Amino acid sequence: MSLTFDDGTFIRNEMVQPLPPPRRQVGALGWVRENLFSSVLNTVLTLAGIALVALILPPLVRFMILDAVWTGENREACLGPEVGACWPFIKAKFGQLIYGFYPIDQRWRPNIVFAAGILLMVPLLVPSWPLKRLNSFLFFVIYPVVSFVLLTGGNIDASAFLFEHFGLIHSFVGDVTMAGVNATFWVDYVLTAIAAAAFVGGLLALLGGSGTGAARTTLWVFLAFGALVLAWDIDFGLPYVETRQWGGLLVTLVIAVTGIVASLPLGILLALGRRSQMPIVRLLCVVFIEFWRGVPLITVLFFATYMLPLFLPSGTNPDALLRALVGVALFSAAYMAEVVRGGLQAISKGQYEGAMAMGLTWSQMMRLIILPQALTLVIPGIVNSFISLFKDTTLVLIVSIFDFLGQLRASFTDPNWATPVTLYTGFAFAGVVYFLFCFGMSRYSLFVERRLNTSHRR
Amino acid sequence: MSDLAHHAPAREKTSFINDPRVRSIGLQIIALIVVVVLGWMFAQNARENLAAQKIATGFGFLDNTAGFGINQTLIPYSETSTYGRAFLVGLLNTILVAVVGIILATIIGFLVGIGRLSKNFVVRLISTVYVEVLRNLPPLFQILFWYLAVLSAMPNPRQSINILDEVFISNRGIIVPRPLFGEGTGLVLWALGLAFVAAVLFGHWAAGRQEETGRRLPVLWVNLALLIGIPLVAMIVTGFPISFERPELKGFNFVGGVRVIPEFVALTIALATYTAAFIAENVRSGIQAVSHGQTEAAHSLGLRNGQTLRLVIIPQAMRVIIPPLTSQYLNLTKNSSLAVGIGYPDLVAVFAGTTLNQTGQAIEIIAITMGVYLVLSIITSLIMNTYNKRVALVER
Repeated sequence: MSLTFDDGTFIRNEMVQPLPPPRRQVGALGWVRENLFSSVLNTVLTLAGIALVALILPPLVRFMILDAVWTGENREACLGPEVGACWPFIKAKFGQLIYGFYPIDQRWRPNIVFAAGILLMVPLLVPSWPLKRLNSFLFFVIYPVVSFVLLTGGNIDASAFLFEHFGLIHSFVGDVTMAGVNATFWVDYVLTAIAAAAFVGGLLALLGGSGTGAARTTLWVFLAFGALVLAWDIDFGLPYVETRQWGGLLVTLVIAVTGIVASLPLGILLALGRRSQMPIVRLLCVVFIEFWRGVPLITVLFFATYMLPLFLPSGTNPDALLRALVGVALFSAAYMAEVVRGGLQAISKGQYEGAMAMGLTWSQMMRLIILPQALTLVIPGIVNSFISLFKDTTLVLIVSIFDFLGQLRASFTDPNWATPVTLYTGFAFAGVVYFLFCFGMSRYSLFVERRLNTSHRR
Repeated sequence: MSDLAHHAPAREKTSFINDPRVRSIGLQIIALIVVVVLGWMFAQNARENLAAQKIATGFGFLDNTAGFGINQTLIPYSETSTYGRAFLVGLLNTILVAVVGIILATIIGFLVGIGRLSKNFVVRLISTVYVEVLRNLPPLFQILFWYLAVLSAMPNPRQSINILDEVFISNRGIIVPRPLFGEGTGLVLWALGLAFVAAVLFGHWAAGRQEETGRRLPVLWVNLALLIGIPLVAMIVTGFPISFERPELKGFNFVGGVRVIPEFVALTIALATYTAAFIAENVRSGIQAVSHGQTEAAHSLGLRNGQTLRLVIIPQAMRVIIPPLTSQYLNLTKNSSLAVGIGYPDLVAVFAGTTLNQTGQAIEIIAITMGVYLVLSIITSLIMNTYNKRVALVER
C-alpha cells in the first residue's frame, strides 16, 4: 500500500511483491540450462555424452534382458539369429561355477561354510552390534579350522606325522586308536606339554623372571596347537575331498578369506616390527615388506608353485592350493602391514606416552591402547586391500587352479553350449558377480570412512 | 635431571632379563638366529632336492639355445637364439606394454578425473560409472574380456575394418604402415633433437623474461612451430627420406606394414583403462584437496577460470596426486605380468613360463624375474621421488 499526501508526495510504505524469477533460470529448465548447456563446450560435451549413453545402454539392456534366452536345455535354444544372453548356459553351468568339481552329494558342506561365513561376517561388519571380541575370535580362529575340516573332510593324520618327532611312551604302549584318534599320542602330547611348561617355567624362574607366567603361556600354546591337531585328527565320517576337486566361487572365496585371515595378524606383526626401535628386527621387516610389495603376484604364485617345493624337505609335497594360499598370504601380509603402519602412525605420541606413564608393558600398551585405535582407523584400508585381494584371486587360474574365472573359461569350451553368444553371456554373468562383491565392499568401506570422519565437511 | 638420577637411591636389583636393553638385544639375536636357520634349512633342502631331481644350477643356461619362437620381438630373435636373448625380448615386451599403458592411462585418467568434478551432469555421471565399473572388476577378467570377447570377435583379415586404407583392424591384430628410413634420416632425427633443445631453451628464456618484465610470450605456439618447423625443413632439404610401406591384402593375410598383435592390444587397452580408473580417483581427490579459498583468491586477483585452473589449482593438486600416481604406474607395470593369461610374450610368459618349463631351473629364473620387477619398481619410485621433491611444498 502507499500513502499519497495532498501536496502530491507519494510514500510507499510496503515493498512490492518480487516478480518470480525468469522461467528459464529456475526449475527443471533452469537446471538443464545451467548444468548442461551453459556454454558451447558444455553443450557439445552433453550431446556427446548422451550419444555415448545411447550407443551403449540400449544394446546392453537388449542383450541382457529383452533379447535374452531364458529357457532351454542345450545350445539349440540360443542359436537364433538375433539372440541376446544365453542364460540357460549359466543355469547349466551354475554348480560348476560355484563349487567346481566338488562332489554333488557333498555340496552341503561348502553351503554350510558359506552360510556360517555370512552369519559371522555380518555382525562383525555392523559397527553397533555387541560382542565384537567373541565374534572376531569365532571368525578369525574357530571358523577357519571348522571350514577346513568341513571342506577337506578332516581326519588328517597329523598325529602320525608328529609322532616321529616326539613319541615318549609310544615305544612302550603302541597304538591305541579310538574314532581315528590315537590315544597314545595324546597321552604323549599332554606329558610333553607339562614337561615343556615345567622346563620353560624353571628356566625363567632361574633367570629371575616370572616362572609361573612363562609356564602358563607355554601350556596355552600347547593347548591351542593340540586343539588344532585334534580337530584335524577326529574322524567325523566325512568323505575326503581333495582340493583338486574344489573350484569356482568356492576357491575364490577360500583364497580371499584365507588371505585376509592370515594376512591380518602377520601384517600387524610386520607393522609393529617396522615401527620397532630394534634395528635388526626393523631391517628384517622392511626387507620382507618391500620385497613382496615390489614384485607382481604372478611371480609370487610361480614362486609358490615351482620354488617352494624345492625349499621344503624332500618327500613333503604340499597341495597345489595350499602352496598358492601361502603365496597369497605372504603377499597380502606385506600390503596389510603398510595399511596397519598407516594406522599406527596416525596415533598421537601422547597415547604412547600416556600408556607408558600408566606403567603398562609394551604388549599391554599395544594390545589395550594403540592397536584398538589404530585398527579402527584403518578399517577402510583393510577393506580396500581385501577388495584388491579378491580381485587378485583370479590370478590363480594361471597356475592351474580353477577359481570362478577359471571355471568360466573352462565352461566356454563345452561343445554342448557352443553358440556365438556363450562367451558374452559368461562374461556378463561373471562381471556382474565380481562387480557386486567388489562394489559392495567398497560401499562398506565408504560407510565406515564416513562414520570415522567426524570433522566438518564443506 | 641427570643430577636427580645421580642422587636417586640405589634401586633394588632386578633380574637382567627385565632390562629393556638386554631384552631388545636378546630378541634381535633370536630373530636373526631364526632367519639364518630357516635360510640355511631352505638352502640345504634346495641343494638336496636339486641333486635328487638332477637339475643343473647356476646361470650357465642363459647361453643355451632356447629353441622356441616368440610372436613379438622388438630385437632380432629366432629359435636358435639363447635363453638370455629370450629374456631380453620378454623384458623389452614388458617395458613396451608398461610405457604405452602408462601414457594412455595417464591421459584417460586425467580426463575422467576432471570429468568427475565437472559441472556438467552427463559428463559427471559417465565418469562416475566408468570409475566404479572398471575399478570393481578384476584386471585379469578385463584382459580376458578384451582378448576373447572383443578382439577375437573382430572380422577376419579379408573383411577387416579399413581406416583410410592405412590401418586395418582384424582378428589377427592391427596392421599399421611400416616406416621406411631412407638416406638422410639421420639429419631429420638430428633436426628433431635440435628442435627439442631449442624449445626447452626458449621455454626457459620466456619464463625468465616473464619474471623480469611480467610479459608473457606465446610459448606454446612458438614451441609448436619450432618442433614441427625445424624437422619439416630438414625433411624438405633431404627430400622426404622417411616413407611408409602400406599394408596390402594378399590372399588371406596382409603383406607389408607392421602387425600389432591382438594380445598386445588387449593387454594394453585393459591395463590402461583399468589403471585409468584409479588415476581418475587420485586426480579427483588431488584437486579436491586444494582448498576452495585458493580458487576464490585467484578469482579475486582477476584470474580467469582457465588461468585459475592452470596456474593455481593444478600445480598445487599435483603435489597430492604425484605419490599415488607413482604407485599406480608401478601397479600397471606389475599388472603387465598378467600377460601370461592371454599369451602375450612378456617377461613372465617367456622367461618364468616357457624357459622355466624347458630348463626346470626354478630358483634362478624366478629370482631373476622377481629381481627385474624389483629394479623396475625402484627405478620408477626414484624418478617419481625426484619429481616429487621438485614440486613439494618448501616448508620453513
